[in-house]
Amino acid sequence: MQDLLYFLQQLINGLTIGSAYALIAIGYTMVYGIIGMINFAHGEIYMIGAYTALITITGLASLGVAWLPLILIVALICAVLVSSSMGWAVERVAYRPVRGRHRLIPLISAIGMSIFLQNYVHLAQGSRNIGFPALIQGGFQFGDPDSFQTSISYMQITIFITTLICMTALSLFISRSRIGRACRAVSQDLGMANLLGIDTNRIISATFIIGASLAAVAGLLLGMYYGSVDPLFGFIAGLKAFTAAVLGGIGSIPGAMLGGLILGVSESMTSGYLSGEYKDVVSFGLLILILLFKPTGLLGKPEVEKI
Amino acid sequence: MLEVRNLSMRFGGLLAVDQVSLDVNEHEIVSIIGPNGAGKTTVFNCISGFYCPTGGKIRFQGEEVQGKPDFKISRLGMVRTFQHVRLFSKMTVVENLLVAQHRHLNTNLFAGLLKTPSYRQQEQKALDRAAYWLDRVGLLELANREAGNLAYGQQRRLEIARCMVTEPQLLMLDEPAAGLNPAETRDLNHLIVSLKEDYNVSVLLIEHDMSLVMEISDRINVINQGRPLACGTPEEVRQNDDVIKAYLGEA
Repeated sequence: MQDLLYFLQQLINGLTIGSAYALIAIGYTMVYGIIGMINFAHGEIYMIGAYTALITITGLASLGVAWLPLILIVALICAVLVSSSMGWAVERVAYRPVRGRHRLIPLISAIGMSIFLQNYVHLAQGSRNIGFPALIQGGFQFGDPDSFQTSISYMQITIFITTLICMTALSLFISRSRIGRACRAVSQDLGMANLLGIDTNRIISATFIIGASLAAVAGLLLGMYYGSVDPLFGFIAGLKAFTAAVLGGIGSIPGAMLGGLILGVSESMTSGYLSGEYKDVVSFGLLILILLFKPTGLLGKPEVEKI
Repeated sequence: MLEVRNLSMRFGGLLAVDQVSLDVNEHEIVSIIGPNGAGKTTVFNCISGFYCPTGGKIRFQGEEVQGKPDFKISRLGMVRTFQHVRLFSKMTVVENLLVAQHRHLNTNLFAGLLKTPSYRQQEQKALDRAAYWLDRVGLLELANREAGNLAYGQQRRLEIARCMVTEPQLLMLDEPAAGLNPAETRDLNHLIVSLKEDYNVSVLLIEHDMSLVMEISDRINVINQGRPLACGTPEEVRQNDDVIKAYLGEA
């Protein structure tokens, strides 16, 4: 019984963190699906989302706003606005001018953008980590109070439900809306979409904005979950989400969701049963295994060379 | 409607297209023929904005279009196909036709979220137009299939339908009969002629199938090794000595 509760606890922790990874992974996978490049600045977009949320929350608190839902919603809106305009600007400034060149050039441009944003936040906010107020506290516990108890915090539930809402909205948007339809067309054949009169630049911008918005949501959620942010906050999370995207099959949106969850669960199982220090080893080991045995990822389709 | 004057396209040391001129008038089917490697597709790529030509002028609907981005040229009412099928193969047949109408539709996200009457009306119109053209090319029953799963001949017809829903003035077809059997080629013949007769579309055609070219073209341009060789009605071209030499070799 106790073993089961312990397992359940790891599963819950894993699903929480995994769903947040999935939110970030969407940004990598959508951009890759449309223009075939890895946006290495995406982790920084997520970090900026977390900072914006923190600044908004602090600002609202100093104004004396105490109603929690209002604080959260305003913080969410601000984070999404700032991050999505950053995502849009990064594409406009650093990627569009080099689009269509050799694959390495946009990649280097992306790494440069990532370093630039990281250092900008270093300068603007300082390099020490800043505490993130735990706005959502408490939770449930079940199991025998004398030995091990499984606990689910309200924060974890919030993360899980918010992710679920975002994913559902995204799936509906991609499958039903006109822009979503155009996104799918552009990701399959950009040149043809152009010739049919679709303004593909607008669609690409839209992709960056969507990816950045989801990353901002993840930034707010994980900032609160971890309780602090620093300028390197986006680095590891970005790498993990990138791993999740590759794991699920880069370019595939359901793949990114699945990859995030698998990565999160395997990480928390490792820290639960082995040791916390091994969790990065396991997640990147998983990446290497996938690249060796199924390079297209779990849900990615093998790419057939076009003649 | 389309005027091409002294078009040249150079790739490094190779002059792929050299001083080609051609015209397409309203209500006309014009073909470009020539041996393999003559530069026909390069001419197409220059006109549709896929390449930026290194010399010459292209006027479409009175506007100079050489070197303009391809999506802007296509918005002037020009649409093309490629030698190989380029459908959005993972989308359904009807989605292929809806996405081709993207620029005619209001893409405002809020209108979509609220499903405003004008949004719904537009969507209905787009669906009706898609259904009309699917019926016209005989694919209506397959509307919800994935486009990549259609038979080859069906995919070619779907491509033409996808061009037509954009309401073009000029339709450019690059070897539409390639890989079709004789019966399908005959159907294609009728379809292209009816596009001109019933929908007032001009057609610019690259084709190797001489039966198709001779039967439906109003005028034919012959290109050989990037240079214009002859131009005229099918009858004139058939009897042109240079053309016979280029195709059969000198005796």
